[in-house]
Amino acid sequence: MSLLPRSRAILILGRHPLGWLFSAPYLVFVLAIFAYPLVFAGYMSFHDYFFAAPGAQVERPFVGLANYVQLFSDPAVRRSFVNVAIFLVINVPLTVVISLLLATLLNQVTRFRTALRVAYYVPYVSASVAVVAVWLFLFSGTGLVNNVLGPLAPEPTWLINPHWAMPSIALFVTWKQMGVYILLYLAALQNVPRELYESAATDGASRIRSFWNVTVPGVRPATVLVLLLSTVVGSNLFTEPYLLTGGGGPNGASSSPVLIMYQQGIEQGKPGYAAAIGIVLVIGTLVIAALQNRFAGGKD
Amino acid sequence: MSKPQSILRGVVLFTGAVAFVFPFYYMIIGSLQEAPDPTVTGAFPHPGNLTGANYTAIDQRVNLFRALVNSGIFTGGVIACTVVFGVLVGYALSVLEWRGRSATFALALLVQVVPFQLLTVPLYVLVARNYGLADNYLGMILPFAINSTAVLIFRQYFLQVPKELFEAARIDGASELGLLTRVALPLVRPALVTVILLTFIGPWNEFLWPFLITKDADMQPLAVSLANYISNVAASAANPFGAMLAGAVVLAAPVVILFIVFQRYFTSTDLGSGVKG
Repeated sequence: MSLLPRSRAILILGRHPLGWLFSAPYLVFVLAIFAYPLVFAGYMSFHDYFFAAPGAQVERPFVGLANYVQLFSDPAVRRSFVNVAIFLVINVPLTVVISLLLATLLNQVTRFRTALRVAYYVPYVSASVAVVAVWLFLFSGTGLVNNVLGPLAPEPTWLINPHWAMPSIALFVTWKQMGVYILLYLAALQNVPRELYESAATDGASRIRSFWNVTVPGVRPATVLVLLLSTVVGSNLFTEPYLLTGGGGPNGASSSPVLIMYQQGIEQGKPGYAAAIGIVLVIGTLVIAALQNRFAGGKD
Repeated sequence: MSKPQSILRGVVLFTGAVAFVFPFYYMIIGSLQEAPDPTVTGAFPHPGNLTGANYTAIDQRVNLFRALVNSGIFTGGVIACTVVFGVLVGYALSVLEWRGRSATFALALLVQVVPFQLLTVPLYVLVARNYGLADNYLGMILPFAINSTAVLIFRQYFLQVPKELFEAARIDGASELGLLTRVALPLVRPALVTVILLTFIGPWNEFLWPFLITKDADMQPLAVSLANYISNVAASAANPFGAMLAGAVVLAAPVVILFIVFQRYFTSTDLGSGVKG
């Protein structure tokens, strides 16, 4: 008799129902911090949502697609999306090429390996806010970079130049995030079978050929991951335009959607509008990620 | 490999290292300069131009001690939640068999690619406006409380513990919680260090979220107070770059030192297990 309910419980909950209990805090966390806010963002984006005192009953009328229509006709928002595109076009290829190159070379050496690895990830583990301070110093009008470049320095200087502001931010982020991608590629390189290199060498392939024919396809899953993660970092851009270019300057040339979301949603008190920008950005990011997966993911 | 090739390789690797490390060296040099010297010779320490005054200057504008305490509470809270709840769910995802296990695992993978900043507006409305947790440590910690990468790392390490060990202990009548704390945890101690390192850099370096929900300067973590200094007050200081860089050194030093000391717990294999799942 007592066996029956127990076996039914096993059928429904699995052999160790305790798994649910152990996972409960995490599941609640994911629901409260990711799932619910995502749904809430969707709700806000269709309403004229505004802030009110906690507990106050206020009317927040349904406005349909008004927020979405407004954002596509808002030149500042459109500019910020173009800026992300510029950012990704510079940042993503540079990230993939340089991190794969450095990881491949680092994987071949034994001397100084640890020191080099640590040197590469120091920017990644440091706070953006701290590193921004030194980049402001390096790239200011009279900064070290311009002193070295002399007459080649752009006028006006990097971060206040409308053509250079966004590329400068893209380079900054590429540099800052590189370390973690090098680590990912290092891990992937351990999984490329040694025999493949050996047989390539017996076939008389040069080092460059075997890099193209063995290494690049061998680390393809890592490349897909690096593409995905760097795209997500790009769409999350906030701290750098906020601090490096004084709030997306000059004249919006380096603004980002998250920066506009902050300005519109919290400074201007229009969270519904900001939520709509966020939803469009999430969809855009997912589309780019899907395309990357399609074209870089291959069949394996 | 020919000698020129090997030299070229060394040059590329070394140039890379310089490019990554030089700004940090320059941060320290700049923070010690009495007057900012952006010339090429200024990149080398100059005995006549050295001072600790920038550190006093930033400390007068930003209460460094208070800001470090706030950063510490924020980071410590996140690490504590991540370790306690992350171990539990990591154990459930690897050792226990239950329905919903693969769905929960998929969720932990999915969460890593959600662009978190996009959730900040709804989270701000919920946490700061609806729950009234602005200027509150709990409100600061909540969105970061359980690091999903940490969950995946715990899971990966627990998977490597031989199943027989658990079966034997179960036959001896040990409870699952007993198994977790007395059998599994001692075996995965290195994972604990990796997770603490990895979790540390999230809240310690985070800017946007604590910036949104702290208006009271006494509640702000160092990243926020330094950013406010950079964007608002720096212009009015005698040596704004010096003070900014001094603050940057104070913010970056704990993390950099931590990662140098414990570098062997932060390698490609540790991270690989976290992201490959």
